[in-house]
Amino acid sequence: MQALLHQLLSGLANGAIYASVALALVMIFKATHQVNFAQGELAMCATYVASSLIQAGVPYWAAFALTVAISFVAGVVIERAVMRQFQHASVLTQVIVFIGFLILFNSLAGWIFGPTLRSFPSPFDPHAWYGSTYLSPHEVGMIGVTLIVLSIVFVFFRYTRLGLAMRAAAENPQSSRLVGIRVGWMLALGWGLASVLGAVAGMMAAPIVSLEPNMMSGVILYGFAAALLGGIDNPWGAPIGGFLVGMLENLAGAYLVGSTLKLALALFVIVGVLVLRPSGLFGRTVVVRV
Amino acid sequence: MTALLELRGVDAAYGAVSVLRGVALEVEDGGMVALLGANGAGKTTTLRAICQMAVKTRGEIRFAGERIDRLATEAIVRRGIGHVPEGRGTFASLSVEDNLRLGAYLRRDPADRGGRRVADDTERMFGYFPVLRDRLHQQAGTLSGGEQQMLAIARALMARPRLLLLDEPSFGLAPIIVQDIFAILRVINREQRTSILIVEQNARLALALVDRVYLLETGRVVTSGPPQQIAADAAVRRAYLGQ
Repeated sequence: MQALLHQLLSGLANGAIYASVALALVMIFKATHQVNFAQGELAMCATYVASSLIQAGVPYWAAFALTVAISFVAGVVIERAVMRQFQHASVLTQVIVFIGFLILFNSLAGWIFGPTLRSFPSPFDPHAWYGSTYLSPHEVGMIGVTLIVLSIVFVFFRYTRLGLAMRAAAENPQSSRLVGIRVGWMLALGWGLASVLGAVAGMMAAPIVSLEPNMMSGVILYGFAAALLGGIDNPWGAPIGGFLVGMLENLAGAYLVGSTLKLALALFVIVGVLVLRPSGLFGRTVVVRV
Repeated sequence: MTALLELRGVDAAYGAVSVLRGVALEVEDGGMVALLGANGAGKTTTLRAICQMAVKTRGEIRFAGERIDRLATEAIVRRGIGHVPEGRGTFASLSVEDNLRLGAYLRRDPADRGGRRVADDTERMFGYFPVLRDRLHQQAGTLSGGEQQMLAIARALMARPRLLLLDEPSFGLAPIIVQDIFAILRVINREQRTSILIVEQNARLALALVDRVYLLETGRVVTSGPPQQIAADAAVRRAYLGQ
């Protein structure tokens, strides 16, 4: 019983990472109907930036904030400078561009930072009071940080004028222009926010998986599984999908397939969702009367 | 009166398909103008050309004396043109309230502390279209066709436009609802001095509303004048009024 609880809770901690990545994927998908295959590599690059800052003597949370800011700008620039050119390109072209980015960032990171594992610090004291036999302080902190970030995103989209404009631009670009919204900038902003989410996920995951160019390759698969499970067009479903996939991964790893086949589980979830319920658990179809 | 909107020699095309050829028309400040014509004559395209929406144009389009034909859609809207597009273009998954808030997206007048005047305008919209108040928290996509049309008009008015472009507001609606909507358009024109340029299939309705009519045929303006004169034209009576 205790072992089960342990598996579930630490699954929740992994799930926090998947939740952030899944939300980042959904955010870009909602706005542009593109799936950002390079999301994980962007997050990995952001984590290297944070690591370099910390090694240069910047305190952890300052490095965290700086990395978030840099990721935001990088996301905006990538959309404005590159993705914009492919706005009207075929889906296949867009997929190839994303895969190009994936390989590019992966190789760049290997070239600049070297292929060896780097350790990445956790901001949470390993002996803090909120640690327990079930969850280490870092795992608790990871869940906490994710919940805070998710709440900020929720409040932003639900209650601010800019958030509303972004939702409008994602749903109906033409009507958005007719009320004066600069749709192109809304897409860029969406990219910025998505890359911030990825960066936070990367920095939270790095103390566990260690920093190296391929650190996100597994995480992104679980992120995809989470996004699909929650419903790729539902921003509220993505985090729930993330937490579910995290727990599912741990349970299956412990009782079903063992740790070597855990990654296959992500693919199993992806295929399963697409076959059985393509809209995901919470994917909603908008009712339209005419 | 001076022309608020002026089109001179406007060509418009979707890619290689040219739709308008040398269209010239004027909407006076405070005026109400109808564009009539058969399907495919270029009525919708004329409205889209004014807003640079999904169409390439050549020629001169002036609003309040300034060229707007090289501006982006959102910049044109900023100058005071509200467009209620074909098919209404409401944000289906957003609530009625959010649709109205989006209508006022551009408004940041300094006297607007705490959204006071926006709130006043929202109230005004409920005065025009009481049903919107009952539907405030409903998804726009779940409204009936007539309610959606009302929402689309209200959303455009929330920006306090000087000119309102309407693309077939009667399309697919029950006659009694159409009567309501047209009555409100008259009120808006009279009370807010909002100029109106309306595209309409229902010629009889349009002729009763406006003070000037342009008749389009295959992308050209073939005739224009006051509604009485157009209605008296034998060819128009045959083609559009079924007489």
